[in-house]
Amino acid sequence: MPDARDAILERICSATRRGADENAPARAAEEFAAIARPYLRAGRLDAEARLHLFIDRLHDYDAHVVETSADSLPRTIANVLQQHGQRKVIAADGLPHEMLPRDFEFLAEREAGIEDLNECDGIVTVCTVAIASTGTIVLAHGPGEGARRLSLIPDRHLCVVRAHQVVETVPEAFDRLAPSATHPLTFISGPSATADIEMTRIRGVHGPRFLDVVVVR
Amino acid sequence: MTIRVAESAQAPSFQKAALPLLEDAQLRRNVRHATDVIQLKRAQVVAETVDWQELRTTASDTKAHTLRYLDHYLLQFEKACTAAGGQVHWAADADDANRIVADLVRGYGGNEVIKIKTMTSDETGLNEALEHEGIRAHETDLAELIIQLGRDRPSHIVAPALHKNRSQVREIFRETMHLPDLGDRPEDLTAAARRYLREKFLRVKVGICGANFLVAETGSVCIVESEGNGRMCLTMPEVLISLAGIEKVIPSFQDLEVFLQLLPRSATGERMNPYNSLWTGVHANDGPKHFHVVLLDNGRTSVLADAEARQTLHCIRCAACLNACPVYRQTSGLAYGSSYSGPIGAIVTPQLLNMEHGQSLPYASSLCGACYEVCPVKIDIPEVLIHLRGRVVREQKSALDAEALAMKMAAAIFASRRRFEAAQRLGRLAQGPLVRKGWFGNLPGLLGNWTRVRDLRALPPQTFREWWKQRAKNAERSGHA
Ligand code: SF4
Repeated sequence: MPDARDAILERICSATRRGADENAPARAAEEFAAIARPYLRAGRLDAEARLHLFIDRLHDYDAHVVETSADSLPRTIANVLQQHGQRKVIAADGLPHEMLPRDFEFLAEREAGIEDLNECDGIVTVCTVAIASTGTIVLAHGPGEGARRLSLIPDRHLCVVRAHQVVETVPEAFDRLAPSATHPLTFISGPSATADIEMTRIRGVHGPRFLDVVVVR
Repeated sequence: MTIRVAESAQAPSFQKAALPLLEDAQLRRNVRHATDVIQLKRAQVVAETVDWQELRTTASDTKAHTLRYLDHYLLQFEKACTAAGGQVHWAADADDANRIVADLVRGYGGNEVIKIKTMTSDETGLNEALEHEGIRAHETDLAELIIQLGRDRPSHIVAPALHKNRSQVREIFRETMHLPDLGDRPEDLTAAARRYLREKFLRVKVGICGANFLVAETGSVCIVESEGNGRMCLTMPEVLISLAGIEKVIPSFQDLEVFLQLLPRSATGERMNPYNSLWTGVHANDGPKHFHVVLLDNGRTSVLADAEARQTLHCIRCAACLNACPVYRQTSGLAYGSSYSGPIGAIVTPQLLNMEHGQSLPYASSLCGACYEVCPVKIDIPEVLIHLRGRVVREQKSALDAEALAMKMAAAIFASRRRFEAAQRLGRLAQGPLVRKGWFGNLPGLLGNWTRVRDLRALPPQTFREWWKQRAKNAERSGHA
């Protein structure tokens, strides 16, 4: 409705006592740049303490955390899958092959239909960045991270996080995410949950009920 | 243009609506329990955030700035969203918005939609409007589902069913989902909702959501949620429609680093809620093929025009002010006659309605200031309440009845906070003969209407605000302000 658009814009101009004004974008940019940001942007912890905090926060959300090294990553993934008796597991497209255990057969994401997602035992992805202070994993849904539905419909999500991907603060994460600002982004903080009934936290409503995080040092 | 906010034009006054609620002991227990739990969790995660006040300040500055250039940022959003394959629509009022959404749904051949909890669609009465057009709307947020199946009204803006306890929820699900053996553990109830909705997530072609934030710079939309029902609605359908108030826009992607720290801590007392989703227009091979945003005015531009009340539009709908409000905690949100309740409801509903309805709402407060203390975007709700009380009385001055006259006198007093405080002090000196053991009984004359609702606590020797000021002064003196 083009007339509603014009009417709303006009009402805004008169409400803010500005006429239609060609310099508005430039002045807005100038004023915006002048907004003070005195909050903490950069973290203060060293690498070890940061990782420790991240794992601590994940535990708070009832996520299951395993630490490993790059060399033992495939074996660790195999162990986690076995531990939970997972057989039908979907690997996100673009996941580095050397990361996956050879003796385990994965279904490729591109070959998996909705039914497969609905019935499988779990999925494996990597992430773009992780935030220690909030225990958050961020997927920008690039290679190895899967389309959004991949980490949504199945009951179990195994996510591989490398130590260098972990930042301490939310602003640091946004700095790293800037190049992906127009990708679809999913911030995941623990398994899906609700507290709508008597404020009792229940894990796993519609998203995965279980989140396994493999941290690679 | 006809501005409508839920059913508020037909709603009884706050004071009238509150009466039966105050007698519902179960409801008051449920509300008190829920708000106590959230407040405690909030206090913990706010206390550990050393830069909380700095985050609040930047958020408030960012919102104030955005509102000054609202037209510019909306146009920027429209351009970026359109370039990314989205379509932007503008709705002057609730009916406009509902019609646009219904036309879109029908245009895509749909007669069913799945919905993420959106206060904005409660505001416009979207579900009823869709039903009128033969389109069935399924709420997918657990609390909204409880409300929808129980044919109830939302009592809270974040947890709309917090006035219901587990056995009440079980009764609703038993009957409407045909599950006679359903247990009443929250686990059982949640599992029942999961089964009930999963089939709909995989089948229904159109999703409807609101927006927590619209990013002008990138044209992205951000949704904050817990259950994953949001992610389902955002990614599974072929068509996605977002209904968003024009005040939801923020300038840049980076601004989210501030708001995404404030919102979850304030709303649910979590460091971060389980899921935040951001998307920009349409993404190839991932999610809906068609994306529409409906930008809604419905009275927001008249709020913008009132310089003293404009800060109302900073609100990010976290509900911290509800949980902290001593009045809300007694009555629940059901007394506010609108989908917006508590202190924010008391200021936003009458303003959207241009003070033509909901005039009792600015009086639904003791002006204790707790709402301002907890507001993550620093809206000075008591100040706005006092300002609106003044407007109510001024705009009723044509009505020459005694009540209006009394209200007018009140308006002169409420017009400035300092004068209001002076009046409170004066009141303390003058109330002597009316007080019985610290409580006012039935007051004579005009004020009697009000004390019939409940005993009015006699003005304490020190008001909350005086105490607060004194406390700050003392702290300063002892060196740790
Ligand atoms: S007014 Fe402030 S505290 Fe209340 S809901 Fe809005 S943002 Fe939250």
